[in-house]
Amino acid sequence: MSQTLNASTLLAVPMAPLVGAVLAGIFGTQFGGNWIGRRLTHSLTILGVLIAFILSATTLKSVAIDGARFNETLYTWMTVGGLSMEVGFMVDGLTAMMMCVVTFVSLMVHIYTIGYMEEDEGYNRFFAYISLFTFSMLMLVMSNNMLQLFFGWEAVGLVSYLLIGFWFNKPTAIFANMKAFLVNRVGDFGFILGIGLIAAYAGTLNYTEAFAKAADLSALTLPGTSWMLVTVICICLFIGAMGKSAQFPLHVWLPDSMEGPTPISALIHAATMVTAGIFMVARMSPLFELSETALNFIMIIGAITALFMGFLGIIQNDIKRVVAYSTLSQLGYMTVALGASAYSVAVFHLMTHAFFKALLFLGAGSVIMGMHHNQDIRYMGGVRKYMPITWITSLLGSLALIGTPFFSGFYSKDSIIEAVHESHLAAAGFANFAVLAGVFVTAFYSFRMYFLVFHGKERYDQNPDAHHGHHDDHHDDHGHDSHGPHESPWVVTVPLILLAIPSVVIGYMTIDPMLFGEFFKDAIFIDAEKHAGMKELADAFHGPVAMALHAVTTAPFWLALAGVVVSWYMYLINPAVPAAIGRALRPLVVLLENKYYMDWINENILARGARALGNGLWKVGDRTLIDGLLVNGSWKLVGMVSALTRKLQTGYLYHYALVMILGIFLLMTYFVWLNK
Amino acid sequence: MTLTLGHYLSLGAMLFALAVIGIFLNRKNLIVLLMAIELMLLAVNMNFVAFSHYLGDMHGQVFVFFILTVAAAESAIGLAILVLLFRNMNSINVDELDSLKG
Repeated sequence: MSQTLNASTLLAVPMAPLVGAVLAGIFGTQFGGNWIGRRLTHSLTILGVLIAFILSATTLKSVAIDGARFNETLYTWMTVGGLSMEVGFMVDGLTAMMMCVVTFVSLMVHIYTIGYMEEDEGYNRFFAYISLFTFSMLMLVMSNNMLQLFFGWEAVGLVSYLLIGFWFNKPTAIFANMKAFLVNRVGDFGFILGIGLIAAYAGTLNYTEAFAKAADLSALTLPGTSWMLVTVICICLFIGAMGKSAQFPLHVWLPDSMEGPTPISALIHAATMVTAGIFMVARMSPLFELSETALNFIMIIGAITALFMGFLGIIQNDIKRVVAYSTLSQLGYMTVALGASAYSVAVFHLMTHAFFKALLFLGAGSVIMGMHHNQDIRYMGGVRKYMPITWITSLLGSLALIGTPFFSGFYSKDSIIEAVHESHLAAAGFANFAVLAGVFVTAFYSFRMYFLVFHGKERYDQNPDAHHGHHDDHHDDHGHDSHGPHESPWVVTVPLILLAIPSVVIGYMTIDPMLFGEFFKDAIFIDAEKHAGMKELADAFHGPVAMALHAVTTAPFWLALAGVVVSWYMYLINPAVPAAIGRALRPLVVLLENKYYMDWINENILARGARALGNGLWKVGDRTLIDGLLVNGSWKLVGMVSALTRKLQTGYLYHYALVMILGIFLLMTYFVWLNK
Repeated sequence: MTLTLGHYLSLGAMLFALAVIGIFLNRKNLIVLLMAIELMLLAVNMNFVAFSHYLGDMHGQVFVFFILTVAAAESAIGLAILVLLFRNMNSINVDELDSLKG
């Protein structure tokens, strides 16, 4: 690879998966007449993603080692007034890192899918979707302007919708994908408002040009109010991030999105798409740095999500939902880091999380396959004997998730906690508590799931609705004869192993350059005078080994350990304890089981309220005012006036003559006497 | 007693008033209506002649000839319309001619 990046190479990165998606989507499905078979479909799409991954890796190498940068507009779509809408790429440390994460996880998921979706009818369609997703996500992260960012943003949302509803015969899946789509619309509305404000006041959609005007923007206020313009812009943009990255209160779609097949839960709803919001905020750091209010807002939202979504993970019994709530909680951590101006820490956690969460999801999917599509962890147990590779990799993923020293999650999560600790924002106190408590909660639910699935007694025959549960409408035709779990085929276990490696080591390897080195220097802007947290973090950092050793003396380590021990005691040694606690704290459990009544509030207050408002506007505004008063009212008025005036037309000549003479008389009176 | 301009104007006004009343009170016959209109024109002619005489300007009397001519032509047209009307409606009763009614 040359010193400088070349536009056609970069263009090939998103185009390779797109070509794969189009070929698979058109010729591999009924739409194009099933020209190409399953084997060719997965070969083509995997080849596309593999090309993208190799090119991304070389890009990362030239960015990280040779210091190459790229920022060019490749194509101007149209120009409206002074605003030009362009397609272009901006490649710096942040982009190169995201490209590698996206293509790597996507590649793993592509390979895994060969095993997981083996018996599904929509095999080719699924490959087309995930390749299309890879293309959209790459367009999102590689963009050099907000319009392309928005295109990628919406495109990943669309693919997410298609994939959540992949089993479109399942009513719950259709409900879930509609919910995801609608909740994301709320976020996107804020997002496009933010982009619109930037376009209106900075007059450009290009990142570099917009950020150059950031200082001018910070002096303005929103017309008619005393709000700082940049605060409004940042909060609008962050609302977009809240939708996509599933932050409270727009988080409700993510747990339901688990209705989709497990590979996409790993790829889209854990590793990549949901981190788009985090990426976007990090990319827009020159704007967010200007607004203390927005950062406080971000931190509070993140802290609420990090802690309270973790609680929900404790009571879930569906293996995928536990991981989903864990994802929500971890996204909350990243958001807290953004709020603390530790953008690079957030992105660092994004990267490590992408690996270990994809690993956990794929591990969960492997368990689901092994358990003949039972997803309820109450009816698992002792799986480690039957599925050794899945067991080991899931253990590594869980250890990384809870932040065991030397694992990748430790470096990122500990840095977040440190960064929040150093932050001087008003919200930092609450956020600090939330992230610390979150460590215990994370360890507790992760190992609750781990122990229930992989250890303890085998409870496979206790499932009351085995074989007609969640997935009765598809590929349930294997393994009816034997009830024991079985290890998954190599296409499933190889991705697990390949993901386990970065889950363990990537934090150790990259913390120094990513957090304290030059890697993100020109991608992320931090106002060091106001937010000195990162600098203090750097001062306290003495190499990854020292950090891991030092961790033993800090609270997060002991909290995580406590979480593991408590779950070990409660779910392996003395299983009566959780039930007793559940009885004692019944109202709390009910609150958690109902997910803080968020769905209830959305359905009964927001949705019903919106419908009532719509009904009211329809009846009063549309039917009464517009139809009744304006449209029908005007013809009725004309009719009434003409009904009166027609009485004047008697048809008798002498009446007309009288009127004429009277008229002349009046006119003459006026001219002769009054108009002197 | 000498005749003054005022006498002639009064006569003209009376004739005009008679004609107006004739138009309003007549409910039966369209011919009477036409006659009343002629009477109105004569009242105006009377004024013209009177002014012409007393102001010593002969132009007024020239106009009277024009008006008489036009009135004759108008009466001819009116009567022709009346004949057509009668053919169509079988009546010249003013009260029955209300097809202009809205």
